[in-house]
Amino acid sequence: MTAILDILEQDSHATPDRIAALTGLSEDVVRQQIDEWEKSGVICRYKTVIDWERAGFEPVHAFIDVSVAPERGSGFDEVAARISRFPEVRSVFLISGGHDLRVIVRGADMKQVANFVSERLATLERVTGTQTHFLLKRYKEDGDVFFEVEADHRLMVTP
Amino acid sequence: MKPLNKVVVETPPSGIRRFFDVASRMQNVVSLGVGEPDFATPWRIRESAIYALERGYTTYTSNAGLLALRKAITQNIEDRYGVSYDPETECIVTVGVSEGLDIAVRALLNPGDEVIYHEPSYVSYDPTIRFAGGTAVAVQTTAADGFRVSAAALEAAVTPRTKALFLSSPCNPTGAVQQRGDLEAIVEVAVRHDLYLIVDEVYDRLTYQGVHTCMASIPGARSRTILLNGFSKAYAMTGWRLGYVCAPPEVTEQMLKIHQYTMLCAPHVAQYAAIEALQNGEADVRGMVTDYDRRRRFFVRGLEAMGLRCHAPDGAFYAFPSIASTGMSAEAFAEELLQEERVAVVPGTAFGAGGEGHVRCSYATSLAQLDEALRRIRSFLSRRGLLPGEPVEVQA
Repeated sequence: MTAILDILEQDSHATPDRIAALTGLSEDVVRQQIDEWEKSGVICRYKTVIDWERAGFEPVHAFIDVSVAPERGSGFDEVAARISRFPEVRSVFLISGGHDLRVIVRGADMKQVANFVSERLATLERVTGTQTHFLLKRYKEDGDVFFEVEADHRLMVTP
Repeated sequence: MKPLNKVVVETPPSGIRRFFDVASRMQNVVSLGVGEPDFATPWRIRESAIYALERGYTTYTSNAGLLALRKAITQNIEDRYGVSYDPETECIVTVGVSEGLDIAVRALLNPGDEVIYHEPSYVSYDPTIRFAGGTAVAVQTTAADGFRVSAAALEAAVTPRTKALFLSSPCNPTGAVQQRGDLEAIVEVAVRHDLYLIVDEVYDRLTYQGVHTCMASIPGARSRTILLNGFSKAYAMTGWRLGYVCAPPEVTEQMLKIHQYTMLCAPHVAQYAAIEALQNGEADVRGMVTDYDRRRRFFVRGLEAMGLRCHAPDGAFYAFPSIASTGMSAEAFAEELLQEERVAVVPGTAFGAGGEGHVRCSYATSLAQLDEALRRIRSFLSRRGLLPGEPVEVQA
């Protein structure tokens, strides 16, 4: 059954009919299983991987390492949730090492991201420090390669 | 000028060649004619070859190959099939399975000795046997038997000149996988007539239905088996030209002489990378096998829905559908499909006369390409009124 998830993770457009053909399961079983997963939250949503730069946009991304003074009772959760609610924040992770949270922010330009950090993020209660790293070039993200992939060098017909 | 070697001159070039020439001059061809993985070699293996180059591993190795590699190979065979070979005396690293087969038959055959093999099968077997001075005797397998080789058919072809039985499983182009029972019966024939068993198991890892049985693991077989395998298919390493042979020491001793004098050793860098493949490549192999298996189901279902019956493509990465229902010869079908729809398949007759009525389609290509190929084949059949009535039904 994980084959279904595996296929959908690669291609959210894969229809139950196609998944059935690929796995040898019946179409009904596939449909039912997907339905179940959608309800139970195993499948959160279907999204599309977009190369925005190729589409002519150049959004700015930054990785911001945030130091936090944890709260009694809730630890980092409270602050992390507060940061997560900002729409410009794409990801929030609790990490080990020199900082506590790693936040990924997307903005229209550098200034917008910088403003967000200085005015919204750094000023949050319990945030004791931030370190911002702007993304310069994306090579691979979530398993997708963003530079030229290798061409098929095979001959047309071989034994 | 004096005439060239008679056996070579009389051997026709591979039937695949002509299709290659035509197809490679065309634009926008969807090729199902390729007998190799569409994956590039897994990065960890390539990276390890780069490291080998950086470290200057550019010399000859011992004739039989790096001992570390031979140890990894024999360990792998033991883990997988429970057959143990001595890496020092029973294993030679070769330049692909092709060289392994060549030195096997050259070590075995005296002029006129016969080797019985099966057709349809890979294009090299018959010429390699004949180039070694032997006589290649073909036994036909049929779609009705799922292209499995019967011990009875092999035995019927045995003569006093027979030296060896040759078997390839999983089989290119049919995808047929020999069952354990088949192999046991074949070993009995070999024992009864005191024959060697030469087996090409290069597609062993690409078995989707049932399990691959290593010939040498059948009781009574090991002492007469010359086991050929390599890295091309499982690890997507075709261009590295790396294979190996495992056999009893009295056989490898003779094979090694031919290898030593003609090849010296397999490429050092490739051998180095192959150690990485065996030690850390398992996850990559499994990933590729999963992908092939999905494409196999998808593609076979697509063909059968058009009335092109595929017979048990349980291994390798080929479907070998019957095109008998079209009334066309394999050559004509492949030729016209290429001209009209720009889909390259290989006529079954390229793999022996018994391949008539079939074409070989490799599904080692992207799902998008397979989709497009199916669409074009459908249109090809539809134009001739050869599509079965809608809605489509998959034959059992």
